[in-house]
Formats: sequence, structure tokens, C-alpha cells
Amino acid sequence: MRIDRGLVLALALSLAPPVMAAGGGSYPDAGTDIHDTPSLQRGARNFANYCMGCHSAQYMRWNRLAADLGISEQVLEENLMLAGGKPHDVILSAMPAAQAAEWFGKAPPDLSLIARSRGVDYLSAFLHGFYADPSRPTGVNNTVLANTAMPHVLANLQGLQEAEYELVTREDGVTEQHLVGFKAGAPGELTPEQYDDFVRDTVNFLDYMGEPVKAKRERLGVWVVLFLLVLFLLAWLQKKEYWKDVR
Amino acid sequence: MTEQVDKGRRQLLTAATALTGAVGAAFAAAPFLASWKPSARAKALGAPVEIDISKLETGSMLKVEWRGKPVWVVRRSQEMVGALDAVDPLLADPGSESSEQPDFARNPARALKPEYLVVLGVCTHLGCAPLSRFTPGDAELGADWPGGFYCPCHGSKFDLSGRVFKGVPAPTNLAVPPYAFVDDNHILVGADQSRAA
Amino acid sequence: MANANTPAEDGTLLGWINARFPLTRMWEEQWGKYYAPKNLNNWYLFGSLSLFVLVLQIVTGIFLTMNYKPSAAEAFGSVEYIMRDVEWGWLIRYLHSTGASAFFLVVYLHMFRAMLYGSYRKPRELLWIFGMVIYLVLMAEAFFGYLLPWGNMSYWGAQVIVSLFGTLPVIGAGLVEWIRGDFYISDITLNRFFALHVIALPLLLVFLVVAHLLALHEVGSNNPDGIDVKKHKGPDGHPLDSIPSHPYYSVKDIMGLTAFLVLFCAVVFFAPTLGGLFLEAPNFEPANPMQTPEHIAPVWYFTPFYAMLRAVPAFLGTQVWGVLVMGAAIVLLFFLPWLDRSPVRSIRYRGPIYKIALALFVIWFVVLGYCGLMPAVEPFKTLSVIGTIYYFAYLLLMPWFTRIDSHKPEPERVTYHAH
Repeated sequence: MRIDRGLVLALALSLAPPVMAAGGGSYPDAGTDIHDTPSLQRGARNFANYCMGCHSAQYMRWNRLAADLGISEQVLEENLMLAGGKPHDVILSAMPAAQAAEWFGKAPPDLSLIARSRGVDYLSAFLHGFYADPSRPTGVNNTVLANTAMPHVLANLQGLQEAEYELVTREDGVTEQHLVGFKAGAPGELTPEQYDDFVRDTVNFLDYMGEPVKAKRERLGVWVVLFLLVLFLLAWLQKKEYWKDVR
Repeated sequence: MTEQVDKGRRQLLTAATALTGAVGAAFAAAPFLASWKPSARAKALGAPVEIDISKLETGSMLKVEWRGKPVWVVRRSQEMVGALDAVDPLLADPGSESSEQPDFARNPARALKPEYLVVLGVCTHLGCAPLSRFTPGDAELGADWPGGFYCPCHGSKFDLSGRVFKGVPAPTNLAVPPYAFVDDNHILVGADQSRAA
Repeated sequence: MANANTPAEDGTLLGWINARFPLTRMWEEQWGKYYAPKNLNNWYLFGSLSLFVLVLQIVTGIFLTMNYKPSAAEAFGSVEYIMRDVEWGWLIRYLHSTGASAFFLVVYLHMFRAMLYGSYRKPRELLWIFGMVIYLVLMAEAFFGYLLPWGNMSYWGAQVIVSLFGTLPVIGAGLVEWIRGDFYISDITLNRFFALHVIALPLLLVFLVVAHLLALHEVGSNNPDGIDVKKHKGPDGHPLDSIPSHPYYSVKDIMGLTAFLVLFCAVVFFAPTLGGLFLEAPNFEPANPMQTPEHIAPVWYFTPFYAMLRAVPAFLGTQVWGVLVMGAAIVLLFFLPWLDRSPVRSIRYRGPIYKIALALFVIWFVVLGYCGLMPAVEPFKTLSVIGTIYYFAYLLLMPWFTRIDSHKPEPERVTYHAH
């Protein structure tokens, strides 16, 4: 039996009616690092293989991605741009949004900024949080986003974990089902550790996409602040020098 | 009120602060100026354009738009290419010395393959679109017209390689954009030659 | 007919200009030979810093306008276009978004300086009022600007603030519709907020800043001792304890500016969202009229007043009281010059009552600001109520406690120790 990292949150969640909104929770550290280029490259591959079928990233250009992640144009076109197009195009989903809304009840959100609006910890917990729930049309539910419209597209990797419930009788006599943990269901292709890595790389890539310039911004910032410190030192000495006049 | 002001030190500090500040201001101004350069989107929209020339007949012309400018592809006959040298004495810049074109087009045909002329349809005088007048001895342009392009705005004339005639307002030959042949039937306009297949 | 002050031409370019335009005179009157007390401390840097941030906001704002699209369909995308596709667009945008918060920070510190040293007292009442109007216009400017990225927090923030006007009796509903120009916050609202944000209010701000500076240079600067330096003048006609702004305050303000830039750029380059305080996470999602963010809070500089709004319960079937309290909290500040009845200006010579009262005022203002960021739950609800009561008690009781408070004798000349 494997206790998932989402357990801490899951414990706090009540799933049977009344359903509580999963708002403002804190999630385990996603452990991502946008400076880890190999991880970003694997994340880009995961994104192309598992996310892009339904989700777009309409503010991200392929050639920018390739340049930032050190991917050659050939690798880009052969391994990532699975839907074709030109390297300077933005990342669009293969699925038309209107049709997607019809299929899932809700158009899959664009993922360009998902890491900025939700945070990497949330995304990591979300991708770890799917479990079997026959009452849902997709057959799965999620601890982070209850009743999500998204199917568990990574089930063949992670396997499908089963929820363990505990029946709790409230003071007013109503019995509630509380999710207390997970037990392994149908196994996946990846070991739990491999799946953790898979999610970390994917979320890391989403984080990069949220702000592609971040690494450059921080590199540049060091020089800007150092320069300004020198300027401040000079300005301070200059001020002291002039103020010698004032008695 | 000053007893002992070290003038040298004061001047040095003022100069050092002013100079460093000026360098900082220049660095601060650079991003604002650079933000006017074509953006990634503009570059994407201005990316090379592929033209299918398989259906282009000899002696006719095809127009496409690239970066907001008309690009003309003329399929020239053997005779048209052969007659190019004869007009040299009438031209202002027969060797394309002072005109705009990739190096591969600095020849009388001004082309990668002499059969196909690729030029920007923008008169080098004031930017009008010249007209194609390929037939020699055109009724309007006179019996000695060797065939080429004629700009209706101010009467500039160009030969069948887009080379400008002497004594007209246009200063240089029609510009040749960078282009490459993808295969026998496709031209990629805007691509530099290093990427030619 | 030449003005009697118009200098004769002396053959130089400057002389040529001066015979036609009072360039040198303006420089000398407003800065070069504007004599300011020599004992101004570092609290006095925030005035010039506010001016710098105003210029920064105008310049970065102009460049953002070059790529921003003020329409509901394109606004959000155009901001991301600036952040990704425009060369250095990210820097210009972060400078502007961080500049907005920096503006309020330096203005709050500038206002606190005035409260420390009684800078609003006679004859500087009008100077203070100009400053308060600047503060009000700045709040409107920030509010309009916050809608422009068309993120979900932009949208719902505007929704909440505009709805405040709806609580006004009789005219409320009509007023809200008029402000929005639609039945909800829409493309039309965005477009007019854009016009106000980029043209109307900046023009007004610049005009008010000029008035503020003219008023200052007319009456002269106060100083940390709060005494009148003009009582003791030297043979040159200038106060003995004053020095010309140039070069002394020029070099000092430049020093202050560079120190500010170190901190400012550290935020811009290393923490432009400042953990959600300067740029909020829900605002990276496009405006969605169907879905409210889980927790709506204004940007930090509005939260003290937002906390006051929430602290007042609805009664007599209307919520207008909270809005009135919030409005009164700002209006009262206009009357500070007349509320303060102390015989001395500066905190240095005031008694313990004022010192403690002012310290508590600052603490409660910060606590209110923190409460305004938090959800409306305990203990923040109770703290907001206490903070609001204290805020009003401080201002309304000021005529009384400043009069009964003890005070120390003011010195004849300013205290200044040469370094």
C-alpha cells in the first residue's frame, strides 16, 4: 500500500455529501527547479505526449522553448511538435476548444500560465491526486480539485489508486464518508518513484512556461543590483564630500 | 563656510558618480529602445513564405505578400534571359553594385536560377508598385523598349532583371529578397541561402 | 514690454533663452537657489523619490501602451504578449507593476514624515491638501490601472469596488451602471478605465505635483525641529540655517535615489510578484465573470481602508455605512492641519501622549492593512473593528489630546551635527 503525498490534504477533505471545496489548502513541496534543464526537457516531452492533445499553451512559442531548453530544431520538430506547424508558432492543442467543451463539459484550460495562477505545489498534488471513483463519468476523482472534468490521462503510468474511506458520524447524526488514504489499485507502467519524477519534470516544465524569462531575469538581476550598489557607494561618498561644507 | 575643501576629491567623486550614472542611464534606456524591434510575433508573421511555382508559365508573373511587401516571381524564357546583356549600356547599375540583393543575385539575371526572377515589387524611387511590361516595343513605352517594368508614378523603368535604366528617378535596381529553392517547384522567400535544401 | 527681471542678452545661448524664457530664474527659484533647512534628515528623501516613481510610471506606462490592447478580448493576451514576445517587455511591465506598489510605499512614508514633524501645520495647510488630493488621485489611478491586465482578480476587484457605489441610497444603482457603462464590468468599462488611467489621471497628477511643489517652494520646507528657520537670516538675506538645494540636496537626493533603486530592482528582478503582494496569482487567469477567485483582496495599498469597510456591519438594511466610514477615513486626513492643536510642530518637542498615540496609529494602520489582506474571519474581524475605532479616535480626539499634552521648549536654531 502506498500512501500518497496528497494524503495530508486528503485527510482534511470530506468527499461524501456535503462536498467541501478544496480552497486555499497548502500542498507538499513540488520540488521543482527551473534551472534543471534536463528535467525541463523531459517535462517538455511529457507535455507533448500527455497534455498537448487537449491543452494548449497559446502564449508559448515552440522556437522560444527550443532555444531556452537547448533543444535543436530537428529534435523539436520530430519529437515535440507532434501536431506539425512551424517552429515560430505558439503551442496549440490538437483538439478544437468547442468540441472539447462538449466532450468534457468544460474546455481544458490553456496551460501557459497555470503554474503562475495555481502554483507548482498545487499542480504536483493535482497530478498525484487522481483515484478511482465509479460515480464520476470519467471513472476518477481528484483530491485537489474535487469532481474535476479531467480524466486520469496518466493512469497507465501511475496506475489507478483506490480511495480508502472512513465513515464518520457527525454530532447531528449525519454520517459522512472521509477519505483517509489510498491503496494501490491497478498498477501502472511506472514505479511510484518514477511517477514522482515524471510529475516533477512535467510540473517543472509548466513552471518554466509560466514565465520563460525567469532564469534570465534572475541572472541579469545580480548584475543590475551589483551595479546599483556601486552607484550607491559613489553617490554616498559624493554626498558626504559635499556636505563637509555644511556645519 | 568652507575651511578646507579637497577640490580634487570632490571633482573626482562628482565625475565618477556622473559617469557611472550615465552608464546606468544608458543601460536603462536600452531595453526601452530594444522594445521597438520586431517582436517574436512580428518575426513569426514575417517568417519565410513558400511559393509554389509549378504552375507558373513561361513569360508570366506571380505575386505573393511577404512582410507586407509584394514579392514578384517572373518565369523568364531563354530569349528573355539571353537578351539581358544587350541592355547593359542603357542601365544605371548593370552590375548591381549599389543595389540591394543577396550575393547570389549579383549577376545580370539577378537570380539563383536565371529562369526565375524573384524581386520586391516596390519601386526604389518612392515605393510605388511598378507595372509589368514584358513585351519589347510596348505601345506605350516606345519601339526601343526592351521589356521590363515601368513605374507609373514617376516613370522609372527597369529591365527584365529589375535593373534600373539611366535617366529615371529611381536610384537603384529593384531589391531582391533573400530566398532559396526548397525543390524544383517551391521557392522559400525570406529564407537565407544557408538553409536552402 | 520686457519684464523688469528679464536679463539682458549676454551673447551665450543661455542668455538668448533667458531673454525670452525664464529658464535660469525658474531653476534658481525652484531648486538651484531654493534654500532648505540644513537639518533635513533621510525622511525627507521620499518626496523626490515620489517624483522619480511618477516619472518612471509615466515612461514605462507609455511603453506598455504601445503594445497593450484595451479590449476585453485582447487585453489579457496583450499583457502576455508584452511579457513574452516583445523584447524586454517583461522588464517594462515589471517596472510598472512594481512601480505602482513602490509609489504607494514612498507616498505613505512621505505622509508619515509630515505627521512626524508637523509639516502640514500653518502655513503649509494648502501644501498638505494638494498632497492629499494627489494621494486620492493616485488611488483612483491605481484602481483603474488594476483592471487593465484583465485577469480574474482585476475583474472581481473592479466589480467589488464599483459595487461600493451601489450602496449609496437612491442614486446607487444608477451610478454603478453609469460608471460601468454596461450591466456588468465589460469591454466598455475596460475601455473607459484605460482612457482615465493613461490620459486623464496622469495629466491631473502632473498638474497637482507642480502645484504641490510650487506651494512648497512658496512657503519653504519644514524641518525635523519644526521651527521657522526664517527667523534668523544672514547678511545675504537667506536663513542662517538653510542651504541651497543645489548642490547639497541634489547630491543627497541622488544618494537616496540610488539606495531606493537597489531595493526596487531587487524586487523587480528577484521577486516581481513579491509572494502575491504586488502581483496576485489569480490575476494570471483571464477575467471570468462566471467564477470569483476563492479569496478577493485588493492590492496591499488599499487594504487598510478595505478592512475598515468590512469592519462596519450593515444596519438599517444597508451597507452604505462601511463605505461612508472608508470615505471618512480619508476625508478626515484633509483636516489634519486643523485637528492638530499642539503648540509645537515636531515630534521631537511633543509630549508622551502624542508620541504614543502616533506610534499606535501607525501600528493599527499596518494591522488594518494586514487584516484587509486576510479573509474576513477571526481574529481579523475583531482586529479590524478595534483598528477602525482607533483610527477615528486618533484623528477626532487629536484637538483634545494635542492640547493637553506636555511639550518641550523648541530651540531657537535647528539642531544639526556636522558629520
